[in-house]
Amino acid sequence: MGMKKPEDVILFKNNKRIDGRKPDELRPIKIEAGVLYRADGSAYVEWGGNKILAAVYGPREALPKHIQDPRKAIVNARYNMAAFSVEDRKRPGPDRRSIEISKVISEALERVILTEQFPRASIDVNIEVLDADAGTRCAGLTAAGVALADAGIPMRDIPVACAAGKVEGKVILDLCKEEDNYGDADMPVAIAPLTDEILLLQMDGHLTYEEFEKALDLAIKGCHIVSELQKKALLKKYERVLEVE
Amino acid sequence: MEEQPKIAIPSMVVGDAKRFRPGRGTFEKGGKIYSTRLGLINKQANFINIVPLSGVYDPIPGDTIIGIIEDISQTNWLVNINAPYPAVLHVNEVPWHVELGETSKYLKYADAILAKILLVDETKKIILTMKERGLHKLNGGQIIEIQPIKVPRVIGKKGTMISMIKKYTGCRIIVGQNGRIWIDGNTDGVEKATRAIRKIEAEAHTKGLTIRIEKLLKNRR
Repeated sequence: MGMKKPEDVILFKNNKRIDGRKPDELRPIKIEAGVLYRADGSAYVEWGGNKILAAVYGPREALPKHIQDPRKAIVNARYNMAAFSVEDRKRPGPDRRSIEISKVISEALERVILTEQFPRASIDVNIEVLDADAGTRCAGLTAAGVALADAGIPMRDIPVACAAGKVEGKVILDLCKEEDNYGDADMPVAIAPLTDEILLLQMDGHLTYEEFEKALDLAIKGCHIVSELQKKALLKKYERVLEVE
Repeated sequence: MEEQPKIAIPSMVVGDAKRFRPGRGTFEKGGKIYSTRLGLINKQANFINIVPLSGVYDPIPGDTIIGIIEDISQTNWLVNINAPYPAVLHVNEVPWHVELGETSKYLKYADAILAKILLVDETKKIILTMKERGLHKLNGGQIIEIQPIKVPRVIGKKGTMISMIKKYTGCRIIVGQNGRIWIDGNTDGVEKATRAIRKIEAEAHTKGLTIRIEKLLKNRR
């Protein structure tokens, strides 16, 4: 959004999108659990052109001491984009955008983690975007969900996220880069798939009320597809662990 | 031979609440039992428990652990026990008579101790004791760390695994429930014991592990 669309870009034609997908089709997704040795839990996600690593540390003692909560653990997610993850070099370090994303992801994860089991501790989640191609916060949160489960942290559910949006007046699932830049709206949604409880909902651009409802339903449908992939990735790693020989 | 246990992941349905009751690592909702963490499904009596496959050490009263002194004050020591929280060892809970302010005479910074967890309260404040038979300061030797959830495999059923390692390497070995293992002996023995323990850690939860470890220990005597 925000960017002016060049004349020669056709985002939607003959029920097909710019990259050939149907309106309700996801990009190809690959999820791998337990890729880092030193982290307590980790995951790697390739979602279309996105490449994202998530690492979980803890629960460990929250330091400095004044940030400790005597009733529950604090969840500290840190979203960071690598300097080489976008076309123009991104200036390293936290900026306004990544601080916001870190905050909303932390709060989304906190809803599913059983934080009351670890008073005074902190659970740190590092989300590193190696390659960005629209929808990194969704892919990052999805990776964080797998990494948390891999770290053995007790959770009500494995959080999962997926975006929906609108291009050329048509509601679509999982926007790619061109659709994100020149489209009318982008709406990332994170849910707990067991209950469909919404953990994160943001929107950029404009949708009518009917379009919003449609986009939300579509995003939740997408979340459930990704959720199955997350579970498969976790089972794959631990079935392999059991079959060493 | 019992069948291979099934893996559970968070939010997976692991049983029916009509037949079973939710145990450790599970919760009940709408007549079904769900897992809260990644682990193996274990049915005991009419409880369904999840035996974790990963995660940090969760201190339980009565556990024998190997701690490292982290801080010293007038009346107590702060001990790192490889858990998310430091543990407190008070002068009243050590086998020596300690005068006020003489704590550092008995246990210094970075000393290792074999202690027992006396108490864990709801805010996870942990109190240790050394006032029991066999609990002492660990002199010499070396300490290796493994994942705390793999400790039962290193000990084996009724201690078979650990006594086998002791027998073949001639080392003195103490296994703490918190994943720290103290080994003392000659250099070759320590090296061999370390290798065996690392192998157990890597291949925990697989069949025929005891036989493979015995083979490894018999080799290159």
